[in-house]
Amino acid sequence: MNWPSLRKSNGGPPSSNGRIIEMNNVRKVYDTGKVRVEALRGIDLSVAEGEFVAVVGPSGSGKSTLLNLLGCLDTPTDGRYLLAGDPVADLDRDGLAEIRNRRVGFVFQNFNLLPQLTALENVEMPLLFGGVGGRKRRERARDLLERVGLGDRLEHKPTELSGGQMQRVAVARALAMDPAVILADEPTGNLDTTSGVDVLTLLSELWRQGSTLVVVTHDPALAERAQRVVEIRDGLVVADSRNGSTSH
Amino acid sequence: MARPLVTWQLFLKASSLQRKRAVLTVAAIAWGTVAILMLLAFGQGLREQLMRGRRGMGENIAVVWPGETSKIWEGLPTGRAIRPRMEDIEYLRHRIPDVRFVGEITSWSTTLSYGRKTITGRVTGTNWEYGDLRNHYPQPGGRFLNPLDEIEKRRVAFVGDAMAKEIFGSENPVGRILQINRAPYLVIGVMQHKLQMGAYGGPDEDHVVVPITTFSAQLGRQRLNNIVFKVDRPGQMVGAIQRFRQVLGKKYRFDPQDKQVLGIWDTVRGARIMDNITIGIRLFLGIVGALTLLVGSVGVANIMYAVVKEKTREIGVQMALGARRGWVTGPIVMQGLVYTLLGGATGLLIAVVLVMLIGLVPTAGNQALEFLGKPTLSWPIAAATAAILGTLGILSGYFPARRAAGINPAETLRYE
Repeated sequence: MNWPSLRKSNGGPPSSNGRIIEMNNVRKVYDTGKVRVEALRGIDLSVAEGEFVAVVGPSGSGKSTLLNLLGCLDTPTDGRYLLAGDPVADLDRDGLAEIRNRRVGFVFQNFNLLPQLTALENVEMPLLFGGVGGRKRRERARDLLERVGLGDRLEHKPTELSGGQMQRVAVARALAMDPAVILADEPTGNLDTTSGVDVLTLLSELWRQGSTLVVVTHDPALAERAQRVVEIRDGLVVADSRNGSTSH
Repeated sequence: MARPLVTWQLFLKASSLQRKRAVLTVAAIAWGTVAILMLLAFGQGLREQLMRGRRGMGENIAVVWPGETSKIWEGLPTGRAIRPRMEDIEYLRHRIPDVRFVGEITSWSTTLSYGRKTITGRVTGTNWEYGDLRNHYPQPGGRFLNPLDEIEKRRVAFVGDAMAKEIFGSENPVGRILQINRAPYLVIGVMQHKLQMGAYGGPDEDHVVVPITTFSAQLGRQRLNNIVFKVDRPGQMVGAIQRFRQVLGKKYRFDPQDKQVLGIWDTVRGARIMDNITIGIRLFLGIVGALTLLVGSVGVANIMYAVVKEKTREIGVQMALGARRGWVTGPIVMQGLVYTLLGGATGLLIAVVLVMLIGLVPTAGNQALEFLGKPTLSWPIAAATAAILGTLGILSGYFPARRAAGINPAETLRYE
């Protein structure tokens, strides 16, 4: 696969000193009044710019909670979290929305495309919320879709696309605002093997172009491709290993 | 900015899925609007008819009946009958110049005949100013009494419209000779039809009016059955009544505070009470209409709640992509408002057509319809309805929008 880079490539696997994610002793407690669940019990995690991190662990280990916190969909009960150098703990809902818009790109297991919008409009969505003007927005969305190989599917609705194509639209959408980090939650979980490999290759390619990726997954193939694997169990980081070599 | 436009696009895309439900809701709002507009229009029509009917007898007037003293005064006993006389009108006019007075001598069972037709009816002898005070306006081709009629004791008669029809049938009465107690009177005018609600002795359409001097001479009566007086402005009435009692009290030697001597019907006071009643009626009709409308907007809110529920995941996605709350709530509030206003506009159209159609129904001769009045739409009614619609429209979107804004994206995006 070969395409023009979306962000400035550092040339090969990046080795920036910039810390995109900095979590210290982050805890998350769900308190419904009757039941008190401690989902995260003191996570320390730091992700450098340009890293490709896979987060693995059994269900109920707190992976999704961690991803929600990383993506500013939720705020920690306790602890410190810096996203691209900015503390996000004290932001209000609109402040969090803005952070999500500018700093985070989400890729979901079930794609979460808006069904009544075309592929192009779906990719335009974050740009719209980011206040990008009409023509620029359209151009950027078209560019991105061409880059993920869907230049001929611009006006298709999600229902007219295959699973792999939908996920590629979602990736294009995640890239729209040029975020500091792309967070993916089981991006291959709903795809057949071939499409899964396609999306994996796409993500790896992004990483090579300089994107920072954090992927929650059960998929060994995906974890294998990552530069670094973080294992969560019972709300704690129990292992943090680097894959010696990464194959692309 | 591009934002409102895009919000609008999002709204259109969202609403297309709910078309059938939207049509039903818009219909409900339209029905509610028709209800409130028609109720208010009938209220307005009723009020206007009541006001016209009230003015039918005369505006800012008081009617006086003779009575008996009930208090001892200057050594005189109670139970003395006080019966003002014809010349007291001049006396009153002289002493209370800013109030206009007329006297009435009434004869209830008078023989009235024209040709072979003879009936028994009511004849009122009065001053020529009576026409203006008591709203007796002549139909084209006739006139009311004038000062010369009174001075020269002419035998002329002004006939109420119903009585004219009874005696003369389809003939034009003006210029004919009407026999009143076998004395010939020249008919000089017929009263224009009017809506009259207050009356004493009987409705004005059912009597004959002749100069008081002529009538007094014919019947040999000097005592007045009624005095009517009129003030320029409603606020002067209380003072006028007081001075009237004092002036006659001095002449006939009775206590001005003695309410039994002269019964006085103050129509200004009655008008005020009637005003309050019509305000109450219209308020009631307005509330009933507003409640009907409220039911409609509960429907709108219901749709919007359903939209929010159906689109919970999509709203969550939008939030994850960085939509601020305004982006999420804006289209919902707008949708509620649009449904409501669309329904309101439809309702207004229907109501206008209905009012026009009802306006075409002839009411002349049908007393019930005449008194119910014609529904009338007015700007204040339109403004009030628009205000209610706007408020309900915003509210019907606001609450669902608040629910949407409360959606937790982290929860909705969890894969099930």
